[in-house]
Amino acid sequence: MALSREQIAMRVAQELQDGYYVNLGIGIPTLVANYVPQGMEVMLQSENGLLGMGQFPTEDELDADMINAGKQTVTATTGASIFDSAESFAMIRGGHVDLTVLGAFEVDVNGNIASYMIPGKLIKGMGGAMDLVAGADNIIVTMTHASKHGDSKLLPECTLPLTGKGCIKKVLTDLAFIEIKEGKFHLLERAPGVSVEEIVKLTSGEMVVPEHVPEMQF
Amino acid sequence: MAGFDKVVSSYEEAMAGLEDNMTVIAGGFGLCGIPENLIAEIKRKGTKDLTVVSNNCGVDDFGLGVLLPDRQIKKIVASYVGENAEFERQMMSGELEVELTPQGTLAEKMRAGGAGIPAFFTATGYGTPVAEGKEEREFDGRKYIMEESIKGDFAIVKAWKADRYGNLVFRKTARNFNPMAATAGKITVVEVEEIVEPGELDPDQIHTPGIYVDRLIQGTFEKRIEQRTIRTADNS
Repeated sequence: MALSREQIAMRVAQELQDGYYVNLGIGIPTLVANYVPQGMEVMLQSENGLLGMGQFPTEDELDADMINAGKQTVTATTGASIFDSAESFAMIRGGHVDLTVLGAFEVDVNGNIASYMIPGKLIKGMGGAMDLVAGADNIIVTMTHASKHGDSKLLPECTLPLTGKGCIKKVLTDLAFIEIKEGKFHLLERAPGVSVEEIVKLTSGEMVVPEHVPEMQF
Repeated sequence: MAGFDKVVSSYEEAMAGLEDNMTVIAGGFGLCGIPENLIAEIKRKGTKDLTVVSNNCGVDDFGLGVLLPDRQIKKIVASYVGENAEFERQMMSGELEVELTPQGTLAEKMRAGGAGIPAFFTATGYGTPVAEGKEEREFDGRKYIMEESIKGDFAIVKAWKADRYGNLVFRKTARNFNPMAATAGKITVVEVEEIVEPGELDPDQIHTPGIYVDRLIQGTFEKRIEQRTIRTADNS
């Protein structure tokens, strides 16, 4: 069975470490915050200028001056800090954020990522995504393995305009956990009940498949 | 006005001298921390063909979006746009020029503009459409592109509190682009929720020193929320 959105978030959460500063993109990555392992301390960075993003406010706590990068009203955790946008991106660009999780349309064997623009459709902009992929060493891309029509999103070469070049090393799809190195995809884990053959069929870029591919554990 | 007193008495005075074809840098992220009354004054004045530099362009009836129906904006430099129908229509028809700029690069362009740095190198956007036509350089084996800084004829800024000398304090995430915008205007106009006397703000707690501020006005703010998300008290 392909992973649900929640299961993708749960698997990403297993990559968290105590004391990590983490930036979570909009969509599935946001859900990772719900699965931080018990007893582990993680601080969420929101690129509009908040380190230590908390949960949504109650009606009483609601404050128009307190939002996250998705423009949702939020609270700050104990020990949070607030700063301007240049400071926020100094953190990101300077490689100080330990883990970045974001979505994508396509990823290729050279670690290129396309995530912000489909030519001919309305172009809304890259927001902070280009800075995030250029600045972070540890990035996990979350996306579905293939489109609804069965077209692979793991490609020999991205077809859409790039968000970043050669910057992605790990991809978690609804079918597989994949590492990118030396110009190839490497299959690390498969979703429970999903066969290696199924993953190979839906991966159009070259993929190295070890003899034993473990199932993800939840 | 006398000495270091930056306070002006009306929004008309605050935006005096703004002319067609000028560049305006605006603080704010989404609808958070936007100089909403200064934007409304630009609409009232009817100034046209402006180049606006701001992370976003507001919504249909609030924020910078109100400048769209009368075609007051010729070009926008932003990282994320299209939250309103009129923006989409003008962009698709080519009436409005849109220069998409990565968010961190946009913040740094403003910061550099205000700090007297004409350009800088960043890895952000290397190998993407953003790099087209820009100089590339390699440092320590990594590729970077050159980005030029931005200055505005005007900068419009929203802060929380100020003293009459223009020393500014921002509140929570309404700070965002405002401190950089404040440094990058030939004329920087700031609107605040409260103006106090010099000496009432702790010098150690000033976010933006008054040297960057030319005009200051106290306003009342709607502070519209774009994505109202709440939890119930027992669902934590």
